[in-house]
Amino acid sequence: MQQRFVYMDYNATTPLRPEVKELMVRDLEVYANASSMHEAGRRARAGIEAARASVAALIGARDPQELYFTSGGSESNNTVFGTMYELGRGRAPSVGRYRAEGRRKVITTAIEHPCVMNAARRLADEGFPVVFLPVDGQGRVDLARLEAELDPSRSEGGPTLLVSVMAANNEIGTVEEIARIALMAKAAGALVHTDATQAVGKIPVDVHAWGVDYLTLSCHKIYGPKGVGALYARSGAPLEPLVRGGHQEQGVRAGTYNNLGILGFGLAAELARRDLPEFSARLRALRERLREGIVARIPQVRVNGHPTEVLPNTLNASFPGAEGESILLSLDMEGIEVSTGSACASGSLEPSHVLMATGVGPELAHGSIRFSLGRDTTEEEVEYVLDKLPPIIARLRRMSTVSAEIRSA
Amino acid sequence: MSDAFQWLYSDVVKEHFTNPKNVFDPDEKFEADAEGLVGNVKCGDQMLFLIKIRDDVITDLRWKTYGCASAIASTSMLSEVVKGMGIREAYGIKPADIARRLGGLPENKIHCSVLGDKALRAAIDSWLDKRGRSGEFAGEDAVVICSCLGITDKDIEQAVKDGARSWEQLQEATKIGTVCGGCKGRAQELLHEYVHIFGD
Ligand SMILES: Cc1ncc(COP(=O)(O)O)c(C=O)c1O
Ligand code: FES
Repeated sequence: MQQRFVYMDYNATTPLRPEVKELMVRDLEVYANASSMHEAGRRARAGIEAARASVAALIGARDPQELYFTSGGSESNNTVFGTMYELGRGRAPSVGRYRAEGRRKVITTAIEHPCVMNAARRLADEGFPVVFLPVDGQGRVDLARLEAELDPSRSEGGPTLLVSVMAANNEIGTVEEIARIALMAKAAGALVHTDATQAVGKIPVDVHAWGVDYLTLSCHKIYGPKGVGALYARSGAPLEPLVRGGHQEQGVRAGTYNNLGILGFGLAAELARRDLPEFSARLRALRERLREGIVARIPQVRVNGHPTEVLPNTLNASFPGAEGESILLSLDMEGIEVSTGSACASGSLEPSHVLMATGVGPELAHGSIRFSLGRDTTEEEVEYVLDKLPPIIARLRRMSTVSAEIRSA
Repeated sequence: MSDAFQWLYSDVVKEHFTNPKNVFDPDEKFEADAEGLVGNVKCGDQMLFLIKIRDDVITDLRWKTYGCASAIASTSMLSEVVKGMGIREAYGIKPADIARRLGGLPENKIHCSVLGDKALRAAIDSWLDKRGRSGEFAGEDAVVICSCLGITDKDIEQAVKDGARSWEQLQEATKIGTVCGGCKGRAQELLHEYVHIFGD
């Protein structure tokens, strides 16, 4: 009985864009092993190398050989943390040069994606000193604290091996100051990684302007297929394979090439690069319209994240008095697809660690909704959401135990 | 087209979530004989139950919640079930009964659905307190072992009589210990005891 389908969950994943879909359908029968020496194999290989060049161009890498294809953002991040595990134990890396010289400390943040959080926790379990930097109320990393953590005379854990800070947060959209962070980390002799999974394709990303050693990106967030991503590692940066086997990807990532996925990634990257200025300007306008409309039509809304340094497509708001899962399912019944930081929706008992890290408190975290817009979002869809949302919040607040407090506040 | 409800919740849940019964309306002057407030907004859910009682029967009731779809639907269903019911019987309603009437709830949602029962019992307790009948149902014969789910020693005894022998079987029958888990030690002792008495 649903009249509409309004997808506003593009940070979770994106649909294939038509050009990419067309290419993949056309190349569906390209089956040759790209490591084979024969003509068919060489042709498959050429496609992969062209894709590598497109992905490199998207993030400003000068040499496509600095890009390693992986199964996605999670794998790329785990490859970096796995490399740190080897280095921290005093091992020489399989690829690249690096002397850890006793450096074992890893600094990351309290708002990373679970794949970084859990990879960092694993290092902590193995006895590495690991720090999760706090963020301010808008989700920005505390640079004074970073400064102190990088200085062995002012903090514990000795000299730093790695600083890993996400370029933009998936839940609240806050964009971090990667260039400044990298400068500080470099000055302290540490390696620098950024998880740019959410930033790529939405804001300009340039590994040289940022000065990072490693950068993670994932194809399914830029309108390409799922299950493929890449890790940028500066030429000469240490790397240890996570998946051992054949010598694909310069020995850094074994496994027969995912031809189709990589070809799709290449085109998605090329188009993302071409469209970026127009795309981000258009989305920023839509996000602004949504933000203004919500704030104007619904009393007591808190917009989460940074007011200006935010992804152009991401709007996270809390509706005190209304619980997130109830809001999400009510919107779902109107055909509107969003996500929430409420514990109830995740199946855990804890609300979003990102919102909690910004200090909004559990009530606002439980009542938070993330709208993430994308290529197919229209003005008319934004208006549709602005029509449907206020009565949903009003209904839930009306039956809420905290509605009296809301009205009087 | 994805419809989160379709895979998460039954149609009955959806109906009760969309059109919840007996929700407190701030404009309606509902005069309660007793009320019970449990939970905490900080934990993501809170429940208020208001009841009218005549001759130990719940004649009318209202509720409000800050909670997810499970909490809303369960409490709506609970409110329908206990309207017109004697307070003693209402006091003994189990979240598992409500979940069954809703056509089941996802495992990780059971904890969201227990709040309505707790608030109802809190309201009845407060009504009893005011009449010098404190603890009349709680203490006398059945002892609540699992406070999250209102499961008593009698329920454990019954489950064992119905064939439960292991902790897993007891959990399957009653869902005991699936919310905070705090009752597990005591519940396992009792299980052991009853299996000893009634087991073959
Ligand atoms: C910031 C961030 N990092 C990493 C990932 C994981 O990427 P993938 O799904 O490709 O493993 C995601 C995707 O949800 C993300 O948002
Ligand atoms: S007392 Fe919490 S699960 Fe039993």
